[in-house]
Amino acid sequence: MSSITTTNLSKAYGEVQALKNINLSVREGEIFGLIGPDGAGKTTLFRILATLLLPDSGSARVAGLDPVGDYKKLRTKLGYMPGRFSLYQDLTVRENLEFFASVFGSSIEENYELIREIYVQIEPFRDRRAGALSGGMKQKLALCCALIHKPEVLLLDEPGTGVDPVSRQEFWDMLRRLRQWGITILVSTPYMDEAELCDRIALIQQGEILTIDTPEKVRAAYPRPLFAVRADDMYRLIRDLRELPGAAGCYAFGESAHLSLRDTAIGLDDVRRYLIERRHEAVEVSPTPATIEDCFIEFLNH
Amino acid sequence: MRTILFLVQKEFLQIRRNKMMLPMILIMPVFQTLLLSFAANYEIKNLHLGVVDNDLSPASRQLVSKFTASGYFQIKDAGFSTAEAAEDLARDRTDLLLEIPANFERDLVREGHASVNLTANAINATKAGLAMGYAGGIVRDFTPPVPAPAGSRRQGVEVVYSNWYNPRLDYKTFMVPGILGEIVALIICFLTALNIVREREIGTIEQLNVTPIHKWQFILGKLLPFWILSLFMMTVGLTAGWLVFRIPIEGDLWLVFLYTLTFAPTMLGLGFLISNFAESQQQAMFTAWFFMIIFILMCGLFTPVESMPQWAQWLNTLNPVKYFVEFMRLVLLKGAGFAEIRQNLMTVFAYAVVVNGLAVWTYRKRA
Repeated sequence: MSSITTTNLSKAYGEVQALKNINLSVREGEIFGLIGPDGAGKTTLFRILATLLLPDSGSARVAGLDPVGDYKKLRTKLGYMPGRFSLYQDLTVRENLEFFASVFGSSIEENYELIREIYVQIEPFRDRRAGALSGGMKQKLALCCALIHKPEVLLLDEPGTGVDPVSRQEFWDMLRRLRQWGITILVSTPYMDEAELCDRIALIQQGEILTIDTPEKVRAAYPRPLFAVRADDMYRLIRDLRELPGAAGCYAFGESAHLSLRDTAIGLDDVRRYLIERRHEAVEVSPTPATIEDCFIEFLNH
Repeated sequence: MRTILFLVQKEFLQIRRNKMMLPMILIMPVFQTLLLSFAANYEIKNLHLGVVDNDLSPASRQLVSKFTASGYFQIKDAGFSTAEAAEDLARDRTDLLLEIPANFERDLVREGHASVNLTANAINATKAGLAMGYAGGIVRDFTPPVPAPAGSRRQGVEVVYSNWYNPRLDYKTFMVPGILGEIVALIICFLTALNIVREREIGTIEQLNVTPIHKWQFILGKLLPFWILSLFMMTVGLTAGWLVFRIPIEGDLWLVFLYTLTFAPTMLGLGFLISNFAESQQQAMFTAWFFMIIFILMCGLFTPVESMPQWAQWLNTLNPVKYFVEFMRLVLLKGAGFAEIRQNLMTVFAYAVVVNGLAVWTYRKRA
């Protein structure tokens, strides 16, 4: 059963084509990640699904309803957390939560079970103004407010932005636990490590979907050998590796450089020899499994 | 209905939280009423007078002393050179120059009349006009200490003035009700515009828009709190005006409140309309100022509407503040009843309907 489907969804802002024929289908109760850099069209897609923006063409269904025609009904079934913190900064944690519960005709008590795990973490600050919370706390409060009316579909636009790694981890743990309530979660992120935590992901770039699959399958589909290479002078290393005959590409990846090879005959020793010839020191070369980021770069290059 | 209640409740919670808002609502009407009523005063005392007395007779001295005794004039310099006196006038050391020609007394005795020369510094036209008015009155009333020749006895009709509704022409009585109306109008327009734009600027409108709140609920939730505040501000201002200035309250107070409730929606609607075209509070502020300056300067508070050119008077029918000022003076000073202000009330009501209609029309909850 699909909870969110889009059919040839397109949207342009003047000359800029923000979304080009987006087709995707999110199953009920799964965490679906929309992975892409800033400006890929993630927020535009979210705003259309959240009934805030009209598409130029194509159609969508969210929780069985049309965001254009049935927007009133859909809004009661939708939890939306915009990328920018948009709760009332001058109201307290408790007041924000009460307000959003009441405008949905609900109350904190009614759906307390759903938000309990998240709410207990911010409860010590219940009388603090939302504007005075830390980034991670704000995110948790925003999630509580988006959940307080027990939505069927949760749309989270870049919830990890501006949040420290520990809070980010906690946040994702909570999302995974929310699956037990059967809530479908569509989440966008520019962070590739968050992609691994989703059930399925779609890579999106310049308004187009590059691929849709589980993170494992996306990684497994990486088409060529990949080496992690380290040396003392990383800058020169990357430049030299790009000139290696048979190399498909080379880019910095954390502490090492990832070298992707077009020519499958090239082995570890060939690379090592090539680098030593060019007077590189402390050279380390090892095969490495492709990550989502590698796959993304691969898609961008081809 | 319950949703609106929650929205209004939230709004009041935010107003109470806002460190600037409450003092602004409480202090501004009182402060402005007090300050402007004292400062915006058309009565000018201690005008600086320059005197050139070329006659030096008992009659001329008496005329000069009439000027000083009036309380409006203070002799700044006295000399015999017209050129020097004119120089003083040009340098702003004096406001008015009184020049008494030689033979002033002789002419009075022989001819029964004599002339003096009055020159005013008209850089500030209001001041010059007032100075001339006061001086003219003094000269006209001047009775020379010498007997007039037979047959030249003054004759004619003597004009006796009496100012109704404000018998002592007290400017405070005149200004306070008007200023109060203007202040209430101004504040609620600003507050509404800024408040709605703030939701957009901070992004909270995004979160509200995905809730089942309807357009009309959102709008009422925004306008109702400031509607209630307008009554509150009116009460505070009236109390202050009455306590400090003892402004007369000739008419019925319930009429004042009824009118405030009818009038406030025009300013609320205007603020709402402005907010629809502004992306930031800064933009809203400038747009609101543009209208407010025109409204305030043309509302009849500082210059009478009747003395404006015809086209301006016609344009002024669109000035909501004009109606409020007019109403306040009618009811508070003149004691007008419902029948007298009905026309005004109906106009303002129609205005409110049109402005709010426009505002709702331009407001788009969905992009």
